[in-house]
This record gives sequence, C-alpha cells and structure tokens, in this order.
Amino acid sequence: MPMPDDYLKYPARHYGMDHDRYEWSDLFKREPIVWPNGAKIALSIVTHVQHFPLDMPSKPFKAPGALSMPYPDFRYYTNRDYGNRVGIFRVLRLLSEKGLRTSFAINGIIAQRYPAVLKAVVAGGHEVIAHGLDMGKVHHSGLEPEAEDQIVSEALALLRKESGQSVEGWLSPGRAQGFNTPDILAQNGVRFCLDWANDDLPYRMSTANGELLAMPMAYETDDRVVADEYFQSEADWVQQVKDRFDVLYRETADYGGRVMSLPLHSWVSGMPYRVEYLREALDYMLSHDGVWAAPVGEIAAAFVGQDSSAA
Amino acid sequence: MADGATQMKSDLGLYDYLPWPGRPKITWPGGKRIAVWIAPNIEFYEYNPPNNPTRTPWARPNPDVLQYSHRDYGNRAGWQRMMAAMDRAGFRGSVSLNVALCEHHPEIIKACGDRDWEFFSHGIYNTRYVYNMTMEQEREIIRDAFDTVRKHTGQTLAGWLSPALSNNFWTMDLLAEAGIQYTCDMFHDDQPMPVKVKSGRLISMPYSLEMNDVIVYNTQKVTPRHYGEIIKRQFDQLYKEGNESGTVMCIPLHPYLVGQPHRIDAFAEAIDYIAGHEGVWQTTGREIAAAYHASGAYDAMTAAMESHKANGGQI
Repeated sequence: MPMPDDYLKYPARHYGMDHDRYEWSDLFKREPIVWPNGAKIALSIVTHVQHFPLDMPSKPFKAPGALSMPYPDFRYYTNRDYGNRVGIFRVLRLLSEKGLRTSFAINGIIAQRYPAVLKAVVAGGHEVIAHGLDMGKVHHSGLEPEAEDQIVSEALALLRKESGQSVEGWLSPGRAQGFNTPDILAQNGVRFCLDWANDDLPYRMSTANGELLAMPMAYETDDRVVADEYFQSEADWVQQVKDRFDVLYRETADYGGRVMSLPLHSWVSGMPYRVEYLREALDYMLSHDGVWAAPVGEIAAAFVGQDSSAA
Repeated sequence: MADGATQMKSDLGLYDYLPWPGRPKITWPGGKRIAVWIAPNIEFYEYNPPNNPTRTPWARPNPDVLQYSHRDYGNRAGWQRMMAAMDRAGFRGSVSLNVALCEHHPEIIKACGDRDWEFFSHGIYNTRYVYNMTMEQEREIIRDAFDTVRKHTGQTLAGWLSPALSNNFWTMDLLAEAGIQYTCDMFHDDQPMPVKVKSGRLISMPYSLEMNDVIVYNTQKVTPRHYGEIIKRQFDQLYKEGNESGTVMCIPLHPYLVGQPHRIDAFAEAIDYIAGHEGVWQTTGREIAAAYHASGAYDAMTAAMESHKANGGQI
C-alpha cells in the first residue's frame, strides 16, 4: 500500500519546537547563571532506588533494567533488590564520608516495602524525589489520565508520608512520559522533573497546571547506561564522568554556571567493586574550586531565583 | 511495496565491480593527498510523527520523550560545541540536513551559512521515511528539499543522504533526474564511484558507516576517547595511501552525540591532528564531486568499469 498523501504533510513545520511544552533556546546564548557563593558547577547527584516487580508487564515497553529472564526471574529480581538491601547503604556511606547532600529518586512503593531506606536517606540530609510507583508502572500515552494521575498521586503520597518531605521532584521510570504527564505532575504539586535529556541547565516547561522546571540529567554517562548498555568498564565510566565535568567546568568561564549531573543506581554503583570508582569520580570533581554539590530541589530554587525567562 | 516492485532482488544493481588495484589515479586540487570532509547530521526528529508500516519512528509509543529530548540536545547545546571544534581545526561542514530544520531552527542554519558550510539533503524530517512511497511522492520530497534549501540558504542542493538511510530501488534514478550530484547512501568503496542511473550522472560519495559517531558510540559501544583514536588511525592509513592516488575520508557526525561534554574534546583533538598534516584538503562534499568531474576521474572510472566487464570481469 502506498503511503497516504497526509504522510507528506507536516502540521508542526514552523519556527521553534513541534510541541508547546517549551521554547527552543541556545545553551550558549543564555543569561549567565551564578550558583550560590559564586559556584561555577552545581553538582547534581541522583541515585535511583528501584523496585522491579516479579510480575512486571512487558507492554507497552519495559523500563531499562527490567527483568528479562523467563518468569519467575530470580536472577534479576534479586539482583535489582540488592540495591535496596545493600547497595544504597554503601552509596550513602560514601556520600556521608564526603559530606554530600544529594537526591535520591525512589519508587513510591519502596516507602511502603522498605521504610528503612527512606529513613536512611532522610537521616543523611538527602532529598527524596519521586521515581514513579514502581518500575513496572511506566508512563505512556495509552494510560487514561485518571489512571496516570492515580499512579502519580499514590507514589507522591507514599513518599511524602514516609519521608516527611514535600517531595516536589519527579523522575519517571525509564524517563518515559505520555502526552499528559507534565500536566498531571504539575497538578500533583511536582515542581521539577528530570526526564528530558536535552540541556545542561534547567529550563521552564509549560503545563495545563502551571510551570514545571526541567532539570538536567545526563543520559549517556548514567552508571547503568555505561555498564549495561555500552558494556564499558568502570574505569571508562569514571573517565567519561571526568571528561564531562572538565568541559562543563571550562565553559563556566565564558557562559556562566552549568549543572553537572551524575545519575547513579543503587544496584550498579552500590556494588563492592564499583563503589571506589564512584569515590574517584567524586574526589576528582570536588577537588575543583567552585563546585556546589546540592539536592536537585536546591539547584532548581537557585535557578528560579535568578532566571528572568519566566514563561 | 509501491509501483509494482513486489519481487525481492538479490543485488542492488546500482554499481559495477572494479577491484581496487589498477584503478585510474585520482588527483585532487593542488596535488593534495587526501580530501577530508566532515558531515554533521543536523536533524529534527518529530515529537508525534505518523507511523510508516515499514519502520516505527520511536521504540516507545509517541511521545518518546527520552529519545526525543536526547536528539533535541543537539539543537540546544551540542551543535555549538561541534561547530567550535570544527572552526578551531579549520573545517567547514557539509550539513546532512533534515530540511524542516530551516523552519524550526533558522538560527542554526544561519550560523552554518555564515561559515560557508554546504547543505545537502537528509530528507524533511528524520522521522519520515521513503519506504512505501510512490515515485511521485518521493519526487515531491526531493522537490521540497531543493525548494526549502534554496529559499533559506540560497544554495542549490548537490548531495543527498536519505532520511534515516531509507531507500527505494528507484531512489538513485530520481535523485539524478532532479540534478543531485552525489549520494551518501552506499558504503561499497572508499573512493567516489559512478552510480548506474537512468539519466544524468550520480556519484556515490564515500561517507562511511564506521567513522559515523552514531554507529561508533551506539552500535559498536566505543568510548569517546577511543573514537578519537579510530579517527586518527583511519586518517593515517588513507593519508599514507594518498601518495598513490587521491583518497577521501568522511567523518559523519550527530551534534546530539559528539556534542556531549564528555565526548567533544577527544573528537576535537582528532580533527586538530588531521588539520596539522601537510597535503590535506579540508573540503566539502560538493567540492569533492566537482573536482572528481573536473579531473576526469568520473569518466576514467566509468571507462575502467566497462573495460573490466569487457575483459571478463563479472557484473
């Protein structure tokens, strides 16, 4: 069958983006940002804390890291759960040694299953970000808005109750969204989200329910992506983190502050043989002047406080 | 399939065989040994593209915000880093352009035009494929590309890389008929070679899968620093062989990939290395095609292929 003639029509072919979520903007032509105390780099460390249900559905797609062996997948169910029992505490211990306050993106169901995780994260002075309900509940446009709202509100309620924090940050499982997701997040009191991988600074998104801030989070230097998708070594991961940091740091001289994001997974970087590589990456970045490590919410607030591009 | 092309073929039938040894010598302007061209794919992937039965644009249902935004990184941040590295090494780009980007991001088009970069067509969007199109529909895409690039840049298209490398058997005929001089869709040689088309003259320009950052990073899973090494090795060999006959090296790029902070320096160092050699022609696809014709290489290669066939060579 030939393609219908509509296939050669382009309704969104016009200036700027082909949707209304945000405006196009050139990273190198923005008002320079200065982080608190004159810092050049805001170091945004986000550790994923995840629950992969044994019966997670494969439709419409699986979030990365999903169970992949025939049911019942003992192998990956338990390997991922390792992060919640051991890995996260190893990462927390290292962050505490370094005196760092960071963010943890946590599946809502973790608050119910493992309150000890929430307690330790909060006790460490870290920020809780909602990471959906669990890794089997991906957000996509096939979900009815009411069903998606139910997932969002349940995840937030569980995390808010257990952490005692306001929980205003969001990271979707697999960083997946449907057409309605930003509207639903904003409606539920979410102020910033980490799903969009298109910038090295925060920017403002529009929703039907007010503004949502898109916070930078690297995609290709994520510990899981380097280890499980690129099959590269821990040393290669550290090298890429350092190289990424170097370029962003250098750019601050001419273009103002940048965000260096470091996405981690408790079941990846929390492994015994990997955690010292994480230490190496942290030591390298923290040895530079003007590096401000902070929870994502504080970086977002510092940005909003001086950005004049309000929508 | 459209236009009655229901029978699958075992061969593309688009070029004749010609073994590497004994080919006519290629001479580049000024006696340069190697023509090096860099082809940034400046692309626009749609947020909510229509489906094509042969290929679904995104792995996840629309909108695939992670992949969409990852591509968008190139147009917000990556292109500037890539362009700065090329400026420093004295390279102009030959832009493999999704032509709708002229409308979406004229700022990027202007920056390229100000540097006298070439624009060639990479279709309308990278999320629209020519699979299942009729010949007339595909002609409409080609017309659109010519018109859009002329209107926004003043340039007349010389080159073509099909969107997402989607092709039909007749694509090359349609390109040649419309006046396209070179295609980047075939990887059978590392010298420019005549393509068998029904009318006009079309060159297959060496473009390279294996130097292409998307293949290197995402398919071969190569680290950024090793990509720099690969580029230098490829250059060293072709530079050496350029003593015998002019060679071509292409580096196809994607600003959303190479323009990432953790990748740009290794790439920049590699192209500085290339530019630091004597006898390197830092050029564009259009200029290579023109020199290939002007030096008589197109005619000489055509004659050599005919002679090879007449002397018992197959195909």
